[in-house]
Amino acid sequence: MKGSLPTKKKFTVSPAPHFFSGRTIPKVMWTVAAALLPALAASVIFFGWRAVRLQAAAVAAAVVTEAVISRLRRRPLTIGDGSAVVTGLLLAFNLPPDVPAWLAAAGAVFAIAVVKQAFGGLGFNIFNPALGGRLFVAHSWLSRMTTFTPPLTAETAGLDAMTYATPLGAAREALVERIPSLWNMFIGNTGGCIGETSALAILLGGMVLLSMGYISWRIPAAYLGSVALLTWLLPVGEGAVALSPLEHLFSGGLMLGAVFMATDMVTTPVSGKGMLAFGLGCGTITAVFRLYGGNPEGVSYSILIMNAFTPLIDRFTRPRVFGTLKKGLWPRKA
Amino acid sequence: MSRVRLAPPFFVQIRSGSVKTRSFQGGIRIDDFKRFTERKPIETLPPPPKAYLPLKQNAGSPPRPVVEIGAEVSAGEVIAAPSGAVSSTLHASVFGKVSAIADHPHPSGADSPAIVIETAAAGNGFSGMEPMVDWEGAAPEDIRARVLEAGIVGMGGAGFPAQVKLEPPPGKKIETAVINAAECEPFLTVDHRLLLEETEKVVAGLKIIMRAAGAARGVVAVESNKADALDRLERALEKEENIFTVLLTVKYPQGAEKQLLKTVADREVPSGGLPADVGCLVHNVHTATAIADAVLHGRPLIERVVTVSGFGLDRPGNFRVRLGTPFSRLLEAAGGPPDGELRLIAGGPMTGVAQRDLGTPVIKSTSGLVVLPPLPRARNLPCLRCGKCLTVCPMGLVPCDLARAAEKGRREDFAGLSGADCMECGCCAYVCPAARDLVQFIQLGKALEE
Ligand code: SF4
Ligand code: SF4
Repeated sequence: MKGSLPTKKKFTVSPAPHFFSGRTIPKVMWTVAAALLPALAASVIFFGWRAVRLQAAAVAAAVVTEAVISRLRRRPLTIGDGSAVVTGLLLAFNLPPDVPAWLAAAGAVFAIAVVKQAFGGLGFNIFNPALGGRLFVAHSWLSRMTTFTPPLTAETAGLDAMTYATPLGAAREALVERIPSLWNMFIGNTGGCIGETSALAILLGGMVLLSMGYISWRIPAAYLGSVALLTWLLPVGEGAVALSPLEHLFSGGLMLGAVFMATDMVTTPVSGKGMLAFGLGCGTITAVFRLYGGNPEGVSYSILIMNAFTPLIDRFTRPRVFGTLKKGLWPRKA
Repeated sequence: MSRVRLAPPFFVQIRSGSVKTRSFQGGIRIDDFKRFTERKPIETLPPPPKAYLPLKQNAGSPPRPVVEIGAEVSAGEVIAAPSGAVSSTLHASVFGKVSAIADHPHPSGADSPAIVIETAAAGNGFSGMEPMVDWEGAAPEDIRARVLEAGIVGMGGAGFPAQVKLEPPPGKKIETAVINAAECEPFLTVDHRLLLEETEKVVAGLKIIMRAAGAARGVVAVESNKADALDRLERALEKEENIFTVLLTVKYPQGAEKQLLKTVADREVPSGGLPADVGCLVHNVHTATAIADAVLHGRPLIERVVTVSGFGLDRPGNFRVRLGTPFSRLLEAAGGPPDGELRLIAGGPMTGVAQRDLGTPVIKSTSGLVVLPPLPRARNLPCLRCGKCLTVCPMGLVPCDLARAAEKGRREDFAGLSGADCMECGCCAYVCPAARDLVQFIQLGKALEE
């Protein structure tokens, strides 16, 4: 450029820092949605059309509810950020294969409208929306939610479809012959909710998130580790057969919960120590439920209970402030 | 080639055959973008036709003008004198006539009073002070007085009057003087070029600093992306018994005073404390060369090196300019700003200030001018509580909660969360997926505390 410059060139003024990591809420959420694809594929392989139907219904209901509520609250439309899609998918993953599609939709509406938006929307909700939605349908339609039919690929000859049990249910009833092999549990060829059976597929998605730094290893590790340890150490309740720690890890909703729901950013602690405490709490509650509770599962309850403790955990697990000896408890004397 | 230089127990590992770098907790790894200018030798630009010299060029109280409108001044002549304990001196940077003392755009973003000098003659001469030939025998007070007389402030960006830092606080002893050559802000290559081109001057500056502060040991801490400078430095230091080099990991904010000392000395400056609390003193590379100039050559601070870099510039480079040179001349020297909407940052992209006016002048703490494309994006979405900001905060704070406390005006919560310890490095905002203006909220909280 020759000569002197016009002094009035237009410059954009914005506050520091002027560099950003490029990580945005939509990017985070859509990546989580993408990481759910292996589990989605597994659900279609094992449960076929029934799974597709539930996922479509839940996602559509979640997105529409989100849009309607954004409109009513006169807020910018947030469906583009992908969080409603994630909630819808996760909710569908937590349903047994034979519930009607309207039930999936009802759960999704509740998850978005009540559990998420009534608390103020993304970032302000206390409880995991998908789990809240699941709890709602489980209480409203209990028998539908506890009826499991076998996966398409299972050898069901001679079994009454309606009494097919999940691995955890079978262990609870001491139906040893109904407990599938460890390999089948790992790949997901067992009865259960559509998206939870395949530990393999869930772990694949989890690896992606972990390698991109979108989730921390702390919650899944503390969660899975404490369940494995406690189910190994503690005796089982009366009338049940013991499952090995590995069988526990690969059965029921544990893997899905530990990798995708206990790692939900909004409803879990912010500090590393807090995350460990959260995972430990979830693991302990899950193990106790599984071994002694009235219901052989326990993952959803444990995560929801720990969600409620998150603010407290946050308060007591603040990092040590640089240049101070003690970790800063809050509120601390200034 | 590389030597192991150990001074136990202060240093754990300094440099050995296999290069090992050292660092601190938290922080972010970002592209340093030094490649645009790191190989460009420092180029001296002629004095501007008009020099705009804001009185506010140092932290603390700005100096008081001692010239009238219409006065003839020569480069190096005092035009404003210190006005308090934490203040500095300001000199005319060109030969000419004082044409105005009025508000002018200041790099901090607001307008501020400035002395305007119309240049009458170019040339490199200056009216200076007597060189202190025998500085090695000089009393520390005399060196400090010279530093104040020369108007030297922290040139890395903070602008803290240099003579104040050189004086050990009552009851404290300074054992180690550290030259901060981390230069962790992306784009900036001022310290890098000075280390390469004026190695001897940096070393001389460090020795003067050691003398003035009574420090027995000197350290030059360099990030590993300046390995060539480190090699040259080590050759210059071959005969020095008490001066050491430390190789630092390339990580932002490695050059933040507390993080630097944690890395170099493995000691944490206490919350609310000073480097002197851990027996150290930190000065920037350019500050050291300015001190050397003032003491050895009697040269007051009237010019500095500025990196002009960023995207879309034809000739980015490192330019030595008189203080008061408007940004437009620097951009011109670098090939002019590209067309279209831009951001112009004075300083580095992490802590620098976005400018609106090309007439804004270079001041003592202007280390760089960076041109960036605009960044259209939604800001200040609700916090996801993802915890990323905690992971990167080098001070161990909870930025999301600090920002929320400040936003809601909850002063006690803000204090309880040690908001005052935030150094405003911007790491938290850099990683925040909700694009929250965390630093600005925290600044607001600090203002509430007062
Ligand atoms: S990085 Fe941003 S979104 Fe994440 S916890 Fe911190 S403030 Fe909230
Ligand atoms: S809270 Fe302050 S010190 Fe911590 S990362 Fe943010 S700006 Fe830096």
